[in-house]
Amino acid sequence: MTVPPKPTPLLEVEHLTMRFGGLIAVSEVSFTAMDREITAIIGPNGAGKTTVFNCLTGFYTPTVGRLTMHRKPPKTPLYLERLEAYRIAHKARVARTFQNIRLFSGMSVLENMIVAQHNKLMRASGFSLAGLFGLPVYRRAERAAVDLARYWLDRVNLIDVADWQAGNLPYGAQRRLEIARAMCTEPALLCLDEPAAGLNPRESAELSDLLTFIRDEHKIGVLLIEHDMSVVMTISDHVVVLEYGRKISDGTPAEVRVDPAVIRAYLGEEEEETPPEAVQRLAGGA
Amino acid sequence: MTAVAPGVRAHTLDIAAVLKESALAALVALLLAFPLVGLRTVDVLSRLTIEPHFAEVAVAVVLVFLGRLGMALTREGRPLPVLVASLVVAASAWFLPLPTMPLKLIAVAGGAIIALRAALALRSHHSTLSLAERERRMDRVGARFQDASRLIGPIAVIFAVALPFLPFADRAVVDIGILLLTYIMLGWGLNIVVGLAGLLDLGYVAFYAVGAYSYALLAQYFGFSFWLCLPLAGLLASLSGLLLGFPVLRLRGDYFAIVTLGFGEMIRIILINWYDFTGGPNGISGIPRPSFFGIADFVRNPEPGVLSFHELFGVEYSSIQRIIFLYYLILVLALFVNFFTLRIRKLPIGRAWEALREDDVACTALGINRTNIKLAAFSIAAMFGGFAGSFFATRQGFISPESFSFIESAIILAIVVLGGMGSQAGVVVATLLVIGLPEMFRELSQYRMLAFGIGMVLIMLWRPRGLLAHRDPTILLHKRKSAMQQQQESEDRA
Ligand SMILES: Nc1ncnc2c1ncn2[C@@H]1O[C@H](COP(=O)(O)OP(=O)(O)O)[C@@H](O)[C@H]1O
Ligand SMILES: [Mg+2]
Repeated sequence: MTVPPKPTPLLEVEHLTMRFGGLIAVSEVSFTAMDREITAIIGPNGAGKTTVFNCLTGFYTPTVGRLTMHRKPPKTPLYLERLEAYRIAHKARVARTFQNIRLFSGMSVLENMIVAQHNKLMRASGFSLAGLFGLPVYRRAERAAVDLARYWLDRVNLIDVADWQAGNLPYGAQRRLEIARAMCTEPALLCLDEPAAGLNPRESAELSDLLTFIRDEHKIGVLLIEHDMSVVMTISDHVVVLEYGRKISDGTPAEVRVDPAVIRAYLGEEEEETPPEAVQRLAGGA
Repeated sequence: MTAVAPGVRAHTLDIAAVLKESALAALVALLLAFPLVGLRTVDVLSRLTIEPHFAEVAVAVVLVFLGRLGMALTREGRPLPVLVASLVVAASAWFLPLPTMPLKLIAVAGGAIIALRAALALRSHHSTLSLAERERRMDRVGARFQDASRLIGPIAVIFAVALPFLPFADRAVVDIGILLLTYIMLGWGLNIVVGLAGLLDLGYVAFYAVGAYSYALLAQYFGFSFWLCLPLAGLLASLSGLLLGFPVLRLRGDYFAIVTLGFGEMIRIILINWYDFTGGPNGISGIPRPSFFGIADFVRNPEPGVLSFHELFGVEYSSIQRIIFLYYLILVLALFVNFFTLRIRKLPIGRAWEALREDDVACTALGINRTNIKLAAFSIAAMFGGFAGSFFATRQGFISPESFSFIESAIILAIVVLGGMGSQAGVVVATLLVIGLPEMFRELSQYRMLAFGIGMVLIMLWRPRGLLAHRDPTILLHKRKSAMQQQQESEDRA
């Protein structure tokens, strides 16, 4: 058996700061996400997790900071803070999902998956000319795109509803579709913003399986914002904890779980609940 | 209105609330009617003076109060007395002499509408259908129409092709056909921007104008023929679309709409003011008519060396030959736009347009360059507008900036929205309603804008997504289901 190669850094975040007027949403945050690892970002509501994602994916331009996306040699690293949002998805191959699901809800499930392969298909269709005349190049490319879509729909168990309107799917299915759609862009880094929110325990467990599958079989990095500790603590290789825009802890799930700063942050947030329960939830996930 | 006094019913009626609601509506009517109707400027001895019309304001307020009362009572489950009372009102308004004609019309039509509403409520035994139920029924109609349109489409095309040779088709009919097809073509063109890409373009007529003037000016200055100018006009319109698009397409939603509105007006004002080049408000006349593909002309006595159509085919000369030729020309152009759209909807760019309409943020996150995609939609639609424009110029033989006012943009937009954003069949149905009906009832044309406004309000109330809003997926993994089956399934799911 060959020893799997040691994970290399995929995304390096250095001194990331994001200011909105007087509000400092993210302050001096640095961490590294490894290739072929799941890196979780956790923290109370309003800690700045989504803001970090928005900076990474170009929806916000960071006030300060360097975001380096490493690529397979000989390709040179890309500095995400300098790229337009669509280029980050297209060139740096960073795909994301949204905390409040953003599907093309009037289009079918399959169409959502095909739109995700837009750039590839656009090239194959000769910027639509070859497509207009129905040349075989384009037909072949479209068939390949459908195959990729079929593969991921199969994975997330949506193959039977492929022709449904995406907006008609139940909530859990919409979450899965959004992940599958992101995977159709064939990303190097997949960023998921609270993918388990609103899922029942069985669906959460399936999600954990899907994410480990993506990491192990597709060998890409995953960046995961999540509140559900049963998901975070079981599948992540590395956890970053934010509070009030600052990083308060960083390490393996086992290390983070016993970090006094983290326990304090979580106790502070859930004062109304009985504190021991909250600690247990944090600790008992594994 | 004693007839609508509350009777003894199981269902209690909150008469105070109903009265309050009606009074509020009446108040709004008062505020609106006072400056609009009550104070009218009139020209007395070349001086503007204000003439009060307070009687009309009072009548308007009373009518609104009664109308609202009727609606509210119908909703509250008292349709029968409302039906009787509104019929009485409508009938008495019809026979009694009211001070002005519009007032009479409003009273009669208002009474009739409320009566209809009450009658519907009576028939279905519960006063109103829930909004969702009504929506579902309309969806079913839309789905059925969508299924039928697979049949209706080809039949309509065959009908359109045969039209000039049908027994009833005289010159007037073919002329109306040309008019309708022009608007259908414009509707299909604008549908790309508004219906597919979801960009609210309020200045589409600008590209129509660019096309028309391109042909007129190229013909005037260089003597280019129509067949050479047609592609050139499309190209120029498309270029102007690109030029406008570059700075504007970064704007979102309302801002975008307002800038396109401005652009439409800008083009018109340039056309008016650039007197030396465009002829200003006088426009351009003597625009050459199209030849039969450059082979023959449609004239009785051709100049020496020029073939004429009737000689070429050895038939009697008739002035309708050119009209029929124009009819087929616009039919081909319109069908070309239709097939182009149907085809591009299934290509990556077409899917990206629809995705953009659904959620532009998600598009960006998937690596789609929004600006390029929008530019493509904008310039392609502009090109079709340009084709239609040069057709318009050659058909009329005369153009002036007057033909390209904002109201044209509004009508084309109304056709697209009314038909159901993105629906090709919807554009045809809406054109028949918006352009065809007023053409048929020419005498009533002064009420055209009124009917137009009422129609749009009703659509927004009852069918905000347009008449035929059903959308078929552009690609399927499983067997195709009819629109009706899809509708049925989505209802079962809900
Ligand atoms: N566009 C914005 N403008 C102003 N404030 C913002 C913006 N986006 C986020 N914030 C603020 O930044 C802070 C962090 O928000 P967010 O990143 O959404 O937190 P989390 O995802 O961790 O719950 C919040 O106080 C939020 O109000
Ligand atoms: Mg968040």
